[in-house]
Amino acid sequence: MSAVEVGPGRTRLSGSRVLGTRSGALALRVQTRSLVVAAALLALIVVVAAITLSTGDYHVPLSEVIPAAFGQGGGAAHFIVTTLRLPRLLTGLLVGAALGVGGGMFQSLSRNPLGSPDIVGFDTGAATGALIVILVWHGSMFQVAAGSIVGGIGTAIVVYLLAIKRGVQGYRLILVGIGIAAMLSSVNSYLITRASIQDAQSAAVWLTGSLNGRGWDQVRPVAIALAVLLPAAVWLGRHLRMLELGDDTARALGLHAERTRLASVVVGVGLTAVATACAGPIGFVALCAPQVARRLTKVPGPNVVPAALTGALLLSASDLAAQRVFDPTQLPVGVATGVVGGLYLAWLLSREWRRGRG
Amino acid sequence: MTRLRAERLELAYDQRTIVRGLDVAIPDGSFTVIVGANGCGKSTLLRGLARMLAPKAGTVLLDGEQIRSLPSKEVARRLGLLPQGPIAPDGITVADLVGRGRYPHQGLLRQWSPADELAVADAMAATRVTALAEAYVDELSGGQRQRVWLAMALAQQTPILLLDEPTTYLDIAHQVEVLDLCADLHEERGHTLVLVLHDLNHACRYATHLIAMRDGRIVAEGHPCEIITDELVEEVFGLRCRIIPDPETGTPLVIPAARKEQRAERDDRADPAVTRSRPRATSSAD
Repeated sequence: MSAVEVGPGRTRLSGSRVLGTRSGALALRVQTRSLVVAAALLALIVVVAAITLSTGDYHVPLSEVIPAAFGQGGGAAHFIVTTLRLPRLLTGLLVGAALGVGGGMFQSLSRNPLGSPDIVGFDTGAATGALIVILVWHGSMFQVAAGSIVGGIGTAIVVYLLAIKRGVQGYRLILVGIGIAAMLSSVNSYLITRASIQDAQSAAVWLTGSLNGRGWDQVRPVAIALAVLLPAAVWLGRHLRMLELGDDTARALGLHAERTRLASVVVGVGLTAVATACAGPIGFVALCAPQVARRLTKVPGPNVVPAALTGALLLSASDLAAQRVFDPTQLPVGVATGVVGGLYLAWLLSREWRRGRG
Repeated sequence: MTRLRAERLELAYDQRTIVRGLDVAIPDGSFTVIVGANGCGKSTLLRGLARMLAPKAGTVLLDGEQIRSLPSKEVARRLGLLPQGPIAPDGITVADLVGRGRYPHQGLLRQWSPADELAVADAMAATRVTALAEAYVDELSGGQRQRVWLAMALAQQTPILLLDEPTTYLDIAHQVEVLDLCADLHEERGHTLVLVLHDLNHACRYATHLIAMRDGRIVAEGHPCEIITDELVEEVFGLRCRIIPDPETGTPLVIPAARKEQRAERDDRADPAVTRSRPRATSSAD
């Protein structure tokens, strides 16, 4: 099975190439530019990973990082790389990828760059679920994660049901979501005011979103969830691209619009909920990553793979900055993404507002 | 036998019934145009024929089979629909948009084939948008954009193509351009076309089969030369008019009666509500 280009070389659909078997039974169409972007993002991720694993209080030379990860070299280097730095890095990459793809799917569904889970209340709902577990049941970390998943999915169901009116319209979903987010956020504040100081403190840390102290126990469940959800997202991506043409056009072309939408909501909420359960409601990655990916690839649609890579890069780089720039204080990564993302959100809102006024 | 037909079709939005008990057969190879006043159900009928709306009663048959029982992609290989005012995603290129018309011919593993390549190139050539292939759809003029959408529908390569008001928002030159293009597709490629049009004169000029609707029912159908009379136009649109042969094509040309006569007609109808809401101003802006 050699990868060959099918069809006339002087393709009019320039900018894309077809990879597959000579018979054409397997023919995957990819944008050349998307491939280049994905490769560049991967390279940047490798750079960030190398810096993350090698620098810090205990310097591990780059040449020793990989041997250390496999148990060679000094015991200290091995411990620091495999127990402290690697799982935290992997958690950041996986959570970032999940947020990027989840955000991209919702932006595609709502046909609006503002339609990401952190804006339409899923994160706030996840926080409500987690807070109830932290403050009312004083649950373990695992129970907090479960609480946030229940909260996030519950919120998504409520927003979806409230937004349904002859199919779900993008703006309806966003406006309903913002309203629900505002309500839940006051519930969250109320919960914190009723809590003891210690509880309130751990709740506040959770609410900012952090990768501090994430170990293999966090990596494994996220990795398993992504192993299921990411391929599903890639598969749905093809159909979501069609849904962006509007329901009528998409259905006329043979797409099951409602089925695609529901499946995408389930997968998108799943990705967001898993990420939030693991690292708290880290803001703005879901909002920014898919849009950055889209501007890089210049292809409309959810851009699943580039969005995953952009999210992974954004979050791991933000965490690196949060760890190193304010050393020795370990700043929660949510603070770093909040600063960058807040600026982006302001820019996006002003642009949407101008466009809305024609 | 006709490939696309509806029997005792009843279509409704929520509780509001728009089309009731309608039987229609779209003649194969025809250039069918549906006309009627605003809100008469012509777009609803088109959407019903394209399975966009589930009928409340009755059926739509495609090749003798219930359209709703056929797999959606299977229908999409036989019947295409270009809805009214379709939306292009932000930042999409012409070639990408036209390529999406190939969706019903593709699968998970077979995402692009030489046949797709040919169909897209051919559709863009037929609608003369080949030179725009790399342009962004949002940057095109209204006429160009409509040709691009037509190209997408053509790339779908369906023998039957339904177009919902494809000339809306276009100036007259671009309206004629789009309709000429449709006529070419009909004559040279043998597509069965079903259009909803607002302009009765365009309908008469291009249609080989005209369907006139009023209140969700078909009032008359047939070749425009056979069915268009001043009585029919008055019944369908409530407009007094004179019919003369189009000096270009010989098809019926509808000339609305002058203002005075229309006004007399409106008063004759003795509809106090209408008369009151239309004060007898003599403003020339009327």
